[in-house]
Amino acid sequence: MSFAKRQGELELTVLQKAAQAGTLESNDIMITVSPADPGDGIRIELSSPLIKQFGRQIKLVISETIQEYGLSDALVHANDRGALDCTIRARVRAAVERAARGEEQ
Amino acid sequence: MYVPGNNPGKLQSAGIYGADAVIFDLEDAVAVTEKDAARHLVACAVREIKYPCEVAVRINHISTPFGYDDLNCILEAKPDMIRLPKAEYADDVRKIADIIDKAEARHGFPHGSIKMMASIKSAQGLVNACEIAKAHARMVAIAIGGEDFIADLNTTRSVDGAELAYARSQIVVAARVAKIHAIDSVSTILDDDEAFLKEVRMIKQLGFDGKSCVHPRQVELVHEAYTPTEKEVAQAHRILAGIKEALERKSGVIAVDGKMVDGPIITRAERTIAYAAVVGMIKGDGND
Repeated sequence: MSFAKRQGELELTVLQKAAQAGTLESNDIMITVSPADPGDGIRIELSSPLIKQFGRQIKLVISETIQEYGLSDALVHANDRGALDCTIRARVRAAVERAARGEEQ
Repeated sequence: MYVPGNNPGKLQSAGIYGADAVIFDLEDAVAVTEKDAARHLVACAVREIKYPCEVAVRINHISTPFGYDDLNCILEAKPDMIRLPKAEYADDVRKIADIIDKAEARHGFPHGSIKMMASIKSAQGLVNACEIAKAHARMVAIAIGGEDFIADLNTTRSVDGAELAYARSQIVVAARVAKIHAIDSVSTILDDDEAFLKEVRMIKQLGFDGKSCVHPRQVELVHEAYTPTEKEVAQAHRILAGIKEALERKSGVIAVDGKMVDGPIITRAERTIAYAAVVGMIKGDGND
């Protein structure tokens, strides 16, 4: 994939199929992103050992990152193992891009 | 110290081990199926975590399907340095430097703020080491990639490292010609501190400015080998004091501890003081 092509690739993101990124290792988060029907919004199903303390923040980071791609409808399963916000962002980006390319994981 | 780019736990703790630079690896440490995810992890870590040292990223070679995507993703996070995994020609450096030029302009970064280092891993690269080291103003270091280089020579690694002797010296010479740093290869010695220290002292004697590490324990040992002794620091102070006194007397003949002192000795003394200041043996920059 050329450098120039990469720039234009994410201007219109459409989720082709469900895709996953991340692991269940400590400090990581496993993110599965699936297409949703128009109007469904961004639905996040989260499991985390720190869901009471950080659940809201984790969902916010996931939602904001999904919206960076111009998406307003998606289903996200997130299995958190104590990931920092930067890790969550990275895993969501990888999962969205894999889903947009039509890759399963 | 190398840190695998696909491991969030190691990325976030990379700064606690005292390495002078961390190298987040997108190449050998990352499986082909995870290259896309790893570059996002590294970019996010570089952008959002404050590290107490320089942060370099080893990208995949631009001849692979991953190299250009690595650059596109990583450069906007503004690492301190991009490490080329393998350089064989000066043009290998210039191509990447050109991409970095455009990225700095696009993202509003100061021109030249992202540096480069290149790894020599083949006989072809070694033959061109001087040209590679001098290829661009962004180049700040040149390294030897031991295992790949040894394989290219059709030989195997030995305890005394004879198969790397010529290449190591050539890398140091290339670095000096280009006035950049020479960094030695990672060592496969992980469970023998004495053997590792012996290797580090040997490459220090050859003129290398540092060594790549793969484990925090190696970082401590490299610092131990490169830290001047108190005796060396004291002698360096005496030499520099002797120079200062001779200049005040307008004397062209300088002797310290009964020995003549000339240019190379003064340069060595200044380097000793600089090392001592960096590791905290003396306060300030040593110029007090």
